[in-house]
Amino acid sequence: MSWGFLCDLLSGVNRYSTGVGRIWVAVMFLFRLLVYIVAAENIWKYEHDEFECNVKQPGCENVCFDHFFPVSHIRIWALQLIMVSTPSLLVVFHVAYRENREKHHNQQLHKSPRKIAGGLLCTYLISLLLKIGLEVVFLVLFYKLYNGFKVPQLVKCDINPCPNTVDCYISKPTEKMIFLYFLVATSCLCIVLNLSELGYLIFKHFTKCYLKRYTRKSQ
Amino acid sequence: MDWGALHTILGGVNKHSTSIGKIWLTVLFIFRIMILVVAAEKVWGDEQDDFVCNTLQPGCKNVCYDHFFPISHIRLWALQLIFVSTPALLVAMHVAYRRHEKKRQFRKGDQKCEYKDIEEIRKQRFRIEGSLWWTYTSSIFFRLVFESVFMYAFYFMYDGFRMPRLMKCNAWPCPNTVDCFVSRPTEKTVFTIFMIAVSSICILLNVAELCYLLTKFFLRRSKKAGNPKHHPNHENKEETKQNEMNELISDSCQNTVIGFSS
Repeated sequence: MSWGFLCDLLSGVNRYSTGVGRIWVAVMFLFRLLVYIVAAENIWKYEHDEFECNVKQPGCENVCFDHFFPVSHIRIWALQLIMVSTPSLLVVFHVAYRENREKHHNQQLHKSPRKIAGGLLCTYLISLLLKIGLEVVFLVLFYKLYNGFKVPQLVKCDINPCPNTVDCYISKPTEKMIFLYFLVATSCLCIVLNLSELGYLIFKHFTKCYLKRYTRKSQ
Repeated sequence: MDWGALHTILGGVNKHSTSIGKIWLTVLFIFRIMILVVAAEKVWGDEQDDFVCNTLQPGCKNVCYDHFFPISHIRLWALQLIFVSTPALLVAMHVAYRRHEKKRQFRKGDQKCEYKDIEEIRKQRFRIEGSLWWTYTSSIFFRLVFESVFMYAFYFMYDGFRMPRLMKCNAWPCPNTVDCFVSRPTEKTVFTIFMIAVSSICILLNVAELCYLLTKFFLRRSKKAGNPKHHPNHENKEETKQNEMNELISDSCQNTVIGFSS
């Protein structure tokens, strides 16, 4: 069980998405998942080993690292990728439920069980809202936990058992900062894509309703 | 999920590429991605552990490493490869959109659509003309831009393509100017020059493909202009349009049998 599972999930979701939804899946795959796996993971791989404090007191480094990095950037990034991908499962389940119902009743209940209309449209809109909400939550969490998206070169630590205020040095701060900004940029891009998809679906729905009403009136 | 997934995604685009495009894709996967994964990653694997500074001052090594390597060569190449591969997706999306339209026409029972079944539409290879030509050309243009930007960024960040053996560092908290030694500098220089050389070859291939597409476009235009079938003085606009449409349809039907021959 690894990131391949998430890839299979996203590929499955692709079938029931709109055009913008497919662009969102492509951005998720290429600019977020792939970058995470081939580049970002390796930067944070030895973050604890390479975290160095200017003191020989045993335990001081551990305590300071734990204080400044309660949850590592890379773990929050991974959680974000997983959480943001899962609302799409709502749509997959709804389509499966529809297809199951048609099989059970042995008749065609919908024009096409995969067409984004009626109840499925509501599910799709809810999944989009959840995706947007989760993206924003994780960005705010990152910002609050680490006081912005900058990674300092040096942090000053005076927690017991450190004998006094010691200097602790973080490894590869610039590279980490570059990738964090990349994470923020791709998150914002995904939020924009989700918002435009939301707007497009709502607009399409209202246009269809208005045209139906207008045709009924003219008849 | 790794580079193999990128291979799966781009493999589909290969079918609709020109021959030069196919060569480019092969060079990308064999001489860049594969070399990165099997060799380069191991050369840079121990870069910070074996980066040694001639001082016992804690923190000096970290700060000096960060100063000289703001972003590692390996990560920069990985980003370059991802960015350079993505324009091909524009073509994949355009092809998918065309297929979707043709399937819709087929389902409606449109007489203009000359396919026997949906499988034929799925397997059909589209000719690079019309709007697909513009998408394809834009994707090559973006590829060129990304390649150049990354090569320049590399040159600018590392002052050339050579990896020095020794770097002098006096960033705080280093007590004075200390000597810092890079691990495997020669091997890293060799791989850097190799990757830059292959990037240059890819740029040349993209330029050649762009020239080829432009030449084909102008030749096709001059062929149409010199075609004796068209007499715009005697036909009205609608008939001219209808004739062009019929020609295009018959051309595309011929090509489903003959195939894209370039």
